[in-house]
Amino acid sequence: MANMAQAIRMALHYGEENLGVREIFGEDVGPPLGGVFTATQGLKTAWNAPLDERGILGAALGLAWAGFRPVAEVQFVDYIFNAVDMLKLIANSTWTSGGLYKTPLVVMTPTGSGIHGSIYHSHSFDSIATKLHGMKVVCPSTPIDAYGLMISAIKDDNPVLFLKPKALLRTRGAELIPGEPADEKELKAMIDAPIGDRSKWKPKWPKVGDYSVPIGKAKISHAGTDVTVVTHGRMAPIALEAAKELESEGSIEVIDMRSLIPYDWDAIKASIKKTGRVLFLNEETEITNFGEHLIRRTVDEMFYDLKVRPRLLCGKATPGIGLATVLENFTQPQKPDVLRMLREILSDPA
Amino acid sequence: MPNAATAADPFKGLEKALLLRIHGLMVRARALEERFIKMSKSGDGYFWIGGPGEEAFNVAVGLQVKKGQGPQFDYLNLHYRSSAIALSMGVTPIEMLRQMRNVATDRFSKGRNFVNHYAIPEINIVPMSPTIETQYATAIGTGIANARTPGDAITLVNGGDGGTAEGDFHSCLVWANRPVLKLPILMIVVNNGYAISAKMREEHGEKKISDWAKVFDMPAKTIDGNDPVESWLAVKEAMAYCRKERKPYLLEAACSRLYGHSSSSGANRIPESDCIALFETKLIDAKLATKEQLEKTWHDTLAEIDAAHQQVKAEPFPKPESIWEDVFSDGLPDSYPRSGGSL
Ligand SMILES: Cc1ncc(C[n+]2csc(CCOP(=O)(O)OP(=O)(O)O)c2C)c(N)n1
Repeated sequence: MANMAQAIRMALHYGEENLGVREIFGEDVGPPLGGVFTATQGLKTAWNAPLDERGILGAALGLAWAGFRPVAEVQFVDYIFNAVDMLKLIANSTWTSGGLYKTPLVVMTPTGSGIHGSIYHSHSFDSIATKLHGMKVVCPSTPIDAYGLMISAIKDDNPVLFLKPKALLRTRGAELIPGEPADEKELKAMIDAPIGDRSKWKPKWPKVGDYSVPIGKAKISHAGTDVTVVTHGRMAPIALEAAKELESEGSIEVIDMRSLIPYDWDAIKASIKKTGRVLFLNEETEITNFGEHLIRRTVDEMFYDLKVRPRLLCGKATPGIGLATVLENFTQPQKPDVLRMLREILSDPA
Repeated sequence: MPNAATAADPFKGLEKALLLRIHGLMVRARALEERFIKMSKSGDGYFWIGGPGEEAFNVAVGLQVKKGQGPQFDYLNLHYRSSAIALSMGVTPIEMLRQMRNVATDRFSKGRNFVNHYAIPEINIVPMSPTIETQYATAIGTGIANARTPGDAITLVNGGDGGTAEGDFHSCLVWANRPVLKLPILMIVVNNGYAISAKMREEHGEKKISDWAKVFDMPAKTIDGNDPVESWLAVKEAMAYCRKERKPYLLEAACSRLYGHSSSSGANRIPESDCIALFETKLIDAKLATKEQLEKTWHDTLAEIDAAHQQVKAEPFPKPESIWEDVFSDGLPDSYPRSGGSL
C-alpha cells in the first residue's frame, strides 16, 4: 500500500512507459536523491536541473511546444514566486496563440503547511494558481487520487499544476492502486532507493495500471445531509475526521475538490442545495482566498438555498507561518477549529 | 579565411541572385513595418512594435533556417522585431497585417496579441510573448527537444541588448552549457544601443554582450548587423557550429533602430544608418542592379502591401464570445464562471 509520494512515483513510471513522458526534471529530481520527498526516485527519465525555477518552467514550456509531455518539479511551491511570470506564460500560450499550440505539461510542486516548515516551506499558492487562467490546477489528498490525477494530468493537452500537499506525502490511503502489492514493506523493497550507495540500484516496478481521476471532478469523501464542507488537499483528511467525530451531532457531507481549476461546481451546488449550510475550508491565507470566490458564487447563485450564512475557515493573513508549533497551529486551521466551526454552523438557526 | 578573390569582393562570394533575394525581402519587411506604423497612427490598429533597421541581419537568419515542423527542424523563439525573419521563412504580409488590425482572421492570435507576435506550428515559430527575454527560457526546452532528436536541427532565440540583464538570458547560457547535455542553441542578441529609452552604455558594464560566452568557453562573435553580407556569413558559421557540434553559440549583431522603440517612443524616423540604403548603394556600385530595378522592387512591394491592406480592412473583427475559445484546448466545462462577476 503506497504512500502519496510512492503513488506519484508509480504514476510517473506509468507515464514513462505508456504515455510518452520523456523528461522529468527539477532540482534534485534525478539520481541519487530522486526528489526531496522521493517522488521521482528510480524513474528512468528523471534528471537534475540547475537551481533555476524560471529555467525549469521555461524548459518545460519549450518541451511541451515540441510535443515532449514533460513533467517538471518546483522543489517547494514557496520557491515558485520568482517564476510566476513563466507560469503565466505556461497558462496563456494556448490562448494567445489562438489555439495553435497545445501545452501538454505538468508542473508538480509540494504545497502547504504541516511539516514545521516555517516561513519558506509552508506556503499555499491556491489563489495565485487559480488566477493563472488557462492552467488546470489539481491537489489530491489521498495516494489513489494522486495516482489517478497524475495520470490525467500527463494525458491532458493543457498545462496542469499538480499541488502535492507536503504534510500528506507520507500518508497512506485505504484504496490500493491497481497493480500495487498490498504489503507496504514489499512495495518499499521494490521501489524505494536504499540508504547509502545507490549507484547500482534499480527499482522493480509493480505492473501498475491505467487509472485516472478526471480533472474537474470532486469526490464526496463523506456523505451527509446537514452541512457541506468544501475542501481539498491537507484539509481534506481533517474534514473527514471531523465529520466522523460529529456523526452523533449532525450529518456532514465532505466534498474533496481534488481539482481547483476547473472546479466541480455541479457537485458543490448539488450538496449545498441539499444541506443549505456550507463551510469552505482550506489552508491558504484569508484575503482573496480561493474559498472567497466560492462563497461569492454560492451567494450569487444559491442565495435562496442557503439556510445560514456560508463560512470560510482558512489560514490567517500573516506574511508567513511561524516555526513554533503554537504559531503554526494558531495560523493554520486545526481539527478543533473545524469542529468548532461545524458545531456553530449546525446550531445556527435557519 | 576569404581568399584573394573574395577579399576584394564586397559581397564575399555571395551570388547575385541571393543578394537580390535578400534585398527584396529587406524591402518587403521595411515597407510592411512602415505600413504598420501608419496604421498605428491612423487608428487602423493600436500599438506598433517591430523591426525596421534589423532587416539585413534578420533576412540572413530567416533564409538559413532549417524550416519545418517538429524537433527534426529548427525552433524559433523570437521577439517582436523579427518580421524580416518570418517573411524570409515564407510568412506573408497579409497574415501580419491581420494581426496589426486585430481582425478575426489573424491566424497567429485571433485578434488577441500585438503585431509581430507570431505562433506558427508549421515552421516551428513558437508562441511569442510581449514579455522581454522569456523566449530565452523557453528556448531551453526547444533546445532540449533538438538535442534529444537525431539530426542537425537547432534552436534559435533572439532578443535585445537591454533584455540581457534579465535572468532568463543567463538561464539560457547556464542550461545550454550543462556538461551533461549541451544544447544546440544559437543565442542571438541584437544590440541597438537602447532598451526603450535607457542607453546600453549607461546601464551595462560589459564591454560586449558576446563576452558572456567567455565564462562558458563557448564560441561567440559581435558583428555589424547592418551589413547583410557580414550577417549572412556570421549566421552561416554560427548555425553550422550549432548543427554540427550540438552546442550553443552567442551572436551579437549591432543594428540600427530606425523608428525608435515602438509606439511608446513615438515611432518616428531616426537618423541612424539604414541597412537598405547602404546595401542599395553597394548593389548599384557593383552593377548588380540598376536604380530603376531597385525602385521597381519598392514599387511592386508597396502595391502588394496596399492590396493586402485593403483586403484586411474589409475583414471582420473577432466575435466577443471568441474570448472563451482556447482557454483550455478541450473546451470549457459548462459550469466555468463566465459572467464576469454577479449575474
Ligand atoms: C519582462 C518585461 N519587462 C519590461 C517590459 C517592457 N519593455 C518592453 S520592450 C523593453 C525594452 C527592451 O529592450 P531591448 O532588450 O534592448 O530590446 P529592443 O526593444 O531594443 O529590441 C521594455 C523595457 C517587457 N515587455 N517585459
